[in-house]
Amino acid sequence: MARAAVSGRLTWRVATLAEARWETATARTLVLDLPDWPGHLPGQHVDVRLTAPDGYRAQRSYSIASAWSGGGPVELTVQRLEDGEVSTYLTDVYAVGAPVELRGPVGGWFVWRAAQPAPVLLVAGGSGIVPLMAMIRARGAVRGRQPFRLVYSVRTPDDAYYAGELARRVRDDPGLDVHYIYTRRTPEDWPEPPKRISVATVNTHGWPPDFGPACFVCGPTGFVETTADILVALGHDPRRIRTERFGGTS
Amino acid sequence: MNIISPGFGGRRRSSRADLPPGQYLTHDFPVLSAGPTPRIPLDRWRFTVTNESGTKQTWNWPEFQALPYEDVTVDIHCVTKWSKLGTSWRGVSLDTLLADTDTAADYAMVHAYGGYTTNLPLEDLLDGKAWIAYRYDGEDLHPEHGGPARMLVPHLYFWKSAKWVNGVEMLIADEPGFWESAGYHNYGDPWREQRYQGD
Repeated sequence: MARAAVSGRLTWRVATLAEARWETATARTLVLDLPDWPGHLPGQHVDVRLTAPDGYRAQRSYSIASAWSGGGPVELTVQRLEDGEVSTYLTDVYAVGAPVELRGPVGGWFVWRAAQPAPVLLVAGGSGIVPLMAMIRARGAVRGRQPFRLVYSVRTPDDAYYAGELARRVRDDPGLDVHYIYTRRTPEDWPEPPKRISVATVNTHGWPPDFGPACFVCGPTGFVETTADILVALGHDPRRIRTERFGGTS
Repeated sequence: MNIISPGFGGRRRSSRADLPPGQYLTHDFPVLSAGPTPRIPLDRWRFTVTNESGTKQTWNWPEFQALPYEDVTVDIHCVTKWSKLGTSWRGVSLDTLLADTDTAADYAMVHAYGGYTTNLPLEDLLDGKAWIAYRYDGEDLHPEHGGPARMLVPHLYFWKSAKWVNGVEMLIADEPGFWESAGYHNYGDPWREQRYQGD
């Protein structure tokens, strides 16, 4: 398997919330000012640490949503989980101008590198879009020529993150295609009823295995298991299928 | 440095003395894998111990199942911050599997179907600290959790407990495994919060 060298100690840094925006009714993007950030690759994540006034602490990992181009803020998109002690703070309480502790970037496997020439298939389930969006943004930032296809499964149109930006990028970023799957409710003029990801979806909207695409799959455990099994069944080399499973973190 | 987050802490999970620092309790069994789940037919399953001079000892599934097993109840701690307490496993102790291995090595590399590797000191596999587990909670180990068999080294972060394990290789000199090459800590003691390189 490919190796990635990450060296040096990951120290806690203090980030400040510069601005925030809602992607859906329950997902909030945090735009964080981070002095001396060393940069990151799309797909990497950070650990966020919160400390209560009495010293109680909690840490969680969040994927980075933004691409790094040598400067500027770092964006995280946090999905509110109803029983989540950290996510509910970050979506509902955390205010512009307030500090938060963060360290990273973490993870040298689930990353896309702009020097890789292979076509790319991204398959996202729900909030699993976040690290894949970082890859799309990184490709856009360097005007990458690698063909990218995103298959994005959401419950309803209201649950899709980054919908406006993705529509704009499909228009402006040559070689980027986006296909949505709606599992509960479709847009009104959608040609098919709600459905889950299937062999047919991946076969139609992915790449043929002969093209040797790099596949990145991110979402809840069941979604990732299903999608990775489909890709293997369609003949994709398991070593070219990289996965990140969300589940159990709140 | 102590950055206080005003308004945080209202809906905290219980702090417990049996949770390592930075961990929280889960009752689910989350899955973390770098790629697709391999399906290994039992008639093709093998487990191989290789010493530093290349001598191999291999078990097939019936031979492995015939070894004495132990039932253990242990706490497990994932580097992604969840911990699960009191998990029940059945497996073969590494003491049993390594009993006939002639080695002067200090390190081991654990290998798995799919190409995953993880390294640890050999002594962390010995003296009742590690098992090749094939049953979880009274059932055969599901593929997504590492079945047919996985390493179980509960005193280290759970990435050391390689799923779909197929061998252990003795090494004179330590080498980093898969996550250890990707920024994670070489040893991974949850009680010292050794998550990442340099911790």
